[in-house]
Amino acid sequence: MPDVKEKGWRNDAYAKVTGKAKYSDDLKFVNMLHAVPVYSDYVHAKLVQVHTAEAEASPGVVKVLTSRDVPGSNHFGQIIRDFRIFADDKIRYHGDVVAMVVAETRAQALQAAARVRIEAEPLPALLDAEEALRPDAILVHENHGSNIINTHHVRRGDIEKGFAVSELILERVYETQFIEHAYMEPEVSVCLPRPDGVMEVRGSMQHPFSTRRFVATCLGVPLAAVEVVGMPLGGGFGGKDDTAAIVCARTALAARLLNRPVKMAYSREWSIRESYKRHPYRVYYKMGLTRTGEIRAVQCKIIADGGAYCSVTPWVTWRSTVQCCGPYAVEHVHCDTWGVYTNNVVTGAMRGFGSPQMNFVIESIIEEAAAELGLPAIELRRRNMVRQGSVTITGQKLDNHTVSMEQVLDTVFQEIGYEKKLGCCSHGQGDGEELYGIGLAMSYRGVSLGAEGVDFCAAIINVQADGSVILDVGVHENGQGSETAMSLILAQELGIDLDVIHYKRSSTSTIPDSGTTVASRGTIMGGGAVALAARELKLKIAKLFAAELDCAPEEVRFVANQLIGKDEKKSLPFAEAIRRMFQMQQFPYALGVYRAPQVTWDEEIGQGNAYFTWVYGCQAVELTVNKTTGKVKLLNAVACHDVGKAINNTMLVGQFFGGMAMGTGYALHEDLNVVDGKISHGNLNRYHLPRALDLPEMKAVVVENYDAVSPTGAKSIGEPTNEIMAPAIANAIFHATGVRHYKLPIKITAQDSTKGGR
Amino acid sequence: MPQYTLNVNRKDHVVDVAADTPLLWVLRETLGLTGTKYGCGQGLCGSCTVLMDGEAVRSCSLAVADAAGKSIITIEGIAEEKDHPVVKAWLEEEVSQCGYCQPGQILSAIALLKQKANPTDAEIDEAMSGVLCRCGTYPRIRKAIHRAAQLKGGGQ
Ligand code: FES
Ligand code: FES
Repeated sequence: MPDVKEKGWRNDAYAKVTGKAKYSDDLKFVNMLHAVPVYSDYVHAKLVQVHTAEAEASPGVVKVLTSRDVPGSNHFGQIIRDFRIFADDKIRYHGDVVAMVVAETRAQALQAAARVRIEAEPLPALLDAEEALRPDAILVHENHGSNIINTHHVRRGDIEKGFAVSELILERVYETQFIEHAYMEPEVSVCLPRPDGVMEVRGSMQHPFSTRRFVATCLGVPLAAVEVVGMPLGGGFGGKDDTAAIVCARTALAARLLNRPVKMAYSREWSIRESYKRHPYRVYYKMGLTRTGEIRAVQCKIIADGGAYCSVTPWVTWRSTVQCCGPYAVEHVHCDTWGVYTNNVVTGAMRGFGSPQMNFVIESIIEEAAAELGLPAIELRRRNMVRQGSVTITGQKLDNHTVSMEQVLDTVFQEIGYEKKLGCCSHGQGDGEELYGIGLAMSYRGVSLGAEGVDFCAAIINVQADGSVILDVGVHENGQGSETAMSLILAQELGIDLDVIHYKRSSTSTIPDSGTTVASRGTIMGGGAVALAARELKLKIAKLFAAELDCAPEEVRFVANQLIGKDEKKSLPFAEAIRRMFQMQQFPYALGVYRAPQVTWDEEIGQGNAYFTWVYGCQAVELTVNKTTGKVKLLNAVACHDVGKAINNTMLVGQFFGGMAMGTGYALHEDLNVVDGKISHGNLNRYHLPRALDLPEMKAVVVENYDAVSPTGAKSIGEPTNEIMAPAIANAIFHATGVRHYKLPIKITAQDSTKGGR
Repeated sequence: MPQYTLNVNRKDHVVDVAADTPLLWVLRETLGLTGTKYGCGQGLCGSCTVLMDGEAVRSCSLAVADAAGKSIITIEGIAEEKDHPVVKAWLEEEVSQCGYCQPGQILSAIALLKQKANPTDAEIDEAMSGVLCRCGTYPRIRKAIHRAAQLKGGGQ
């Protein structure tokens, strides 16, 4: 189906340009109530009592709910059960929800919310991640015994020996900021208590199965008594997992207790206040190299601010640990990572998942090292990068897929004309107003969850008597076009037209729990399951009709809506075969399960086969910095990634551009400015999201080294494009101004832009 | 409550709402036109953009009283038109990702094309810069606007 691939196609394209697509807040049910959250103004406090009587007496109010109303457990979490449906013993951050008002109209609920009185005793707040590690630190969760959510380590080789044989040792400290996912659609949930006793949950969340666990735990009911139905999502970027699931759990609670449909639609202000963010990191990094540019040793200490609750901090920081040396094979590594509790806003999953922070560190320091050694930075990269058969810092031999690090680097290098342009960089000197710089960064990234979790996915193909197909897959459409990608894979496998395939919106009651659509695992895991289901179905069909086609079942080919026998002699229309299967009492139905290949991990020493395959990417950026204002203007960017195999070109390129745009914001503009535990920007004012004017000309170059580990050959793209934009920009700024930045977002003062020079 | 006559998508509607109710909520809640989206409620994101007398306005920051008597066009009104060149161009260039911002993008593009039949890249970026897209579909939006300009020209 090459023309489809060229043309691209999305099952939801028409609905989305005509306003017909129904997002969660577009749903309305008869007799529906409206719920709103109630926050306190504390950052850390002992919660004494919540006075609800006055609010409850407000016009239109049906009920005010607090932790006392939770019939199941008020505590839940994917790793540590520390999230609260409602604050109970303490308020741990500014976004903690203390109560929820349910009323006939949203306006009435809002009015009453102001009348909920919160009695609390303020406690001193813990606001610095490093302070959290001190033995005398304030405790965020007393029961936990310390503020340490998790630690991870890598112990490889002999770190002392590594530095002893090094001729250049660099030590640097890097810091990154809290950033907002800023999906354009804030959190929403609509819950319907059904007459069959099932709680139907709809909402703007990206992990239906995790949401189901949150809801069932809160209500104290079995998983099967909750059905979470996926809705078109106005963006997720990793941000609509835990806190979005809790919004659903609270809404379901109200629906259960009041036995009426309930909607809770978040304002942008609540969304920013409560939802989890990207972890700010402080990284102490020490690198030792020989004079000829071999990296001999890396020692690093990574401290991630997890905020008030655990969320997925252990998983995020695990990826940072595994990838703490970037795509470089280093003999001697000693890495310690901490995820810690503070009274800051919660942090969790976000596109990139622990790698954007580390890539900023590594791809910055490697350029500094090169400069100190008087070597071209590209040379230093080439000397140390992973290649076919290399062993990673966790002891994994890269031999089950094509290691294309050098291929993507070379491609970008050529495509943008790096060498020549590097010679034109200003280095803080130049006659004009604008200083020019070019910069580059690269990474490798473990695909899917790795040793973070159990990793398998299901797909169901259910062909109807007329030959039309219902496809149900355990991955969730977050807006990235995964439904289309899954349908394309099926159309190719079965050799049928795309328009007979109908993608069934995911429901937790029809497909087995296939985990979450994060970690860029949608295409590889979901697509893998679809391909395997299709192959099983084809064999089932072929066995019935092979004799008629004068060949063995394995020889039947499925092309152009036909079953074709060996040597193309005989054929049978696909729809005809299906019709006859029903007469034979055979269902054209298959369940496909793709199990990620085994990974291994030794937590003590941080060694093992962390991920079953890897992707490779490189990006370069050209920019100018204004001498007087320090303003950065991005001119041009080229990205090259090895995606294994492209399923839908348009959507693929969309992921490139979207990731690069987000990376630009991370590098230059975005910062939630958390001061005294409170986010300084209540809404999107002054939180600068990238606009068209902020972005360079972008070019996407796709490399396809078919990956045999993946049933479709495809790997992933959503995150790789996002994780190296910041260091590429930082390096370009250095080449323009001669000033190195160790902190994100990069702030250039007018002084900076002229004091550089070498 | 006061009554207002709103002309939305070429039809008159009489609505009973408080004078300061933002037009966005009248469209979504009272008239059931949910194609117009809420993103911030403060005129910061452009998701709620509609046309008022042919100009792009942010319906979240416009009181219903100020919209009375004007001609309002929402995405539903555009969809009614058969083969609208901008919608067509949006489909051809496959602009939408999550799609949430797209009604606002499309209406802003229509307003722009009304002022400038053939905008340059810079003019597009400038005119469209108030409508945020976190999915980063900006390059495709730009292409689609050029394409729409072409389609419109071709139709004349
Ligand atoms: S919702 Fe109106 S500008 Fe954001
Ligand atoms: S398409 Fe998702 S925000 Fe624009």
